[in-house]
Amino acid sequence: MQALVDFYTANSFLINLIGINAMLALSIYMTLSCAMLSLSNAASMAVGAYTAALLTMRTGWGLWPAALAGAVVAGLVALLLGLPILRLRGVFLAIATIGFGEVVRIVIVNTEALGGSEGFRLNTGQTTVTAGLWEIYAALAVLMYFFARLKGSRMGLALEAIREDESAARTMGINVTLYKVAAYVIGACIAAVAGALYAHTRSFLSPGDFGFTRAVDILVFAVVGGTFAWRGAIAGAFVMTILSEVLRLVPPIAGVYVKDYPEIFSGLVLLLIILFLPNGLLSAALHVRLPLVSLWRPDTGTGAGAQKGEVAPDPRLLEPDGAELASPSGSAKD
Amino acid sequence: MPVMPSMSSISSMFSISAPVSTATDSASTSRSGAGRAQPVLRVRNLTRTFGGLVAVNNVSFDIYPGEIYGLIGPNGAGKTTVINVLSGLLPPTRGTIEFLGRRIEGLPAHRIAAMGMARTYQNIRLFGAMTVLQNVIVGQHVHMRGSLLERLVFSPRVRREEEAARTRALSLLAGVGLDGMAHLPASALAYGNQRRLELVRALASEPCLLLLDEPAAGMNVAESAALRSRLRRLADSGLTLLVIEHDMTLVMALCDRIGVLNFGNMIAEGTPAEVSRNPAVIEAYLGSEE
Repeated sequence: MQALVDFYTANSFLINLIGINAMLALSIYMTLSCAMLSLSNAASMAVGAYTAALLTMRTGWGLWPAALAGAVVAGLVALLLGLPILRLRGVFLAIATIGFGEVVRIVIVNTEALGGSEGFRLNTGQTTVTAGLWEIYAALAVLMYFFARLKGSRMGLALEAIREDESAARTMGINVTLYKVAAYVIGACIAAVAGALYAHTRSFLSPGDFGFTRAVDILVFAVVGGTFAWRGAIAGAFVMTILSEVLRLVPPIAGVYVKDYPEIFSGLVLLLIILFLPNGLLSAALHVRLPLVSLWRPDTGTGAGAQKGEVAPDPRLLEPDGAELASPSGSAKD
Repeated sequence: MPVMPSMSSISSMFSISAPVSTATDSASTSRSGAGRAQPVLRVRNLTRTFGGLVAVNNVSFDIYPGEIYGLIGPNGAGKTTVINVLSGLLPPTRGTIEFLGRRIEGLPAHRIAAMGMARTYQNIRLFGAMTVLQNVIVGQHVHMRGSLLERLVFSPRVRREEEAARTRALSLLAGVGLDGMAHLPASALAYGNQRRLELVRALASEPCLLLLDEPAAGMNVAESAALRSRLRRLADSGLTLLVIEHDMTLVMALCDRIGVLNFGNMIAEGTPAEVSRNPAVIEAYLGSEE
């Protein structure tokens, strides 16, 4: 037990960062799960971080009420922004959301009450509110539960259907706009909670923490892990956060430290993943037969398998003479 | 309720209130196209343009309950545009569409689907990465009510609803011999099975009007004949069908009435026998003799 405590004390920064990054990766998974490439998660994270920090430092709120308030504010902003911009598709949506990210950053830089470009100091005066291992991983556990229950639900299936074919989903009676806005708002709320927790692990918030680099980092987590299952997002955040720490240990090559160029490194990893594991690290786990990895393997079905003849066939569809069953493979002249 | 034009209110009230005596009776009523019952679909002066191109020009037709209505015409005649407008994927430029007595032109596609209109696509559009079973469960989306909140707290009502949806999906799949493949990704199915799955997914929403866009495309003669008897049985069970098709053998044998489109205009309408004798139709398909 003492060994565990020592381990956490020595690595608390990294362990907390993994949890926060996993939440951020889940926030972008939420929008990716219905094929929306939104890059405003860093901006939502900033909204959550600054809202919560203001509330705990200036008005004495506790961590959880402040984090929830941050999520509500970020969710409302996402709702107002999402209604017009979610009509955009593909790279156009990405560009619009990057624009939103820049707006948020510039607003923070120019707002005196938020510390402006000099940053916002936490835990300076008499109030001290911090987030640590328990807070971060409790929030992550709640999110994991949320995503586990979302999968296979009416909403979860609708989001998957939208990802696969938006027009077909519409004609199945799925209100695509509603679900897209919902996914965007939920993603923003998740990023805001992550931002609120992030703020309270540090003593200083800078607008630069929430810029374009952060937005891309979050996307890289999800893509590296695999965007077809929520567990991929967590796996990606875990691996990428540890890798970026490992970079610090690399000795200088010709006087140049690799750790000074993390963007190049994560770009390289992204390239390799897209080339060799286009479905992310999680797809590799499908082929590995190790006890721990197997547990992390995504399930492919909706639970219990069906046996042929388990359910009586719908009589309207059956052929009276079974003529059609002569060609069950259905191989046509294609 | 909108006004019902072109029929006396007494006769229409009679046909609505009078119970249908036998299946043959109702079938013969609809097959004759006499229009004593209230139509399921009433299209008036439907026009859809794309820029300067008039894809559908002033098209009007009615489809009656239990009827199989065929929409045929040469390539580019505007058939698929009609289906896309009816199902709400495209708004009409002009004209009205009444579905079950309610105006639906310009409504979003998901609202029209919820009212009981389902469709398939010419180029099959399944949810490829989802399982066969999930595709059919998504087809039941409009009948399911369970919210995410209820699912988060393991509500027994949502559990029962999901179980019922799964049983229903498997029953539909068993009807076309796909229940053994329920857990395969839809994209892994052979072409003919993908066509069957798309039909089953559309039926899962319990529609009263089913729009089929070239359901026999890529099928051989035996498969096409099997599809014909399957669609006939569906119509006999009370479903109304609008079928776009190129396979003339299928259309002539299957449909009760046929509308012929050419360059966006409805050039003929009637029973298969009437349409196949119509000089305008023959000209559209074969070209005129100089």
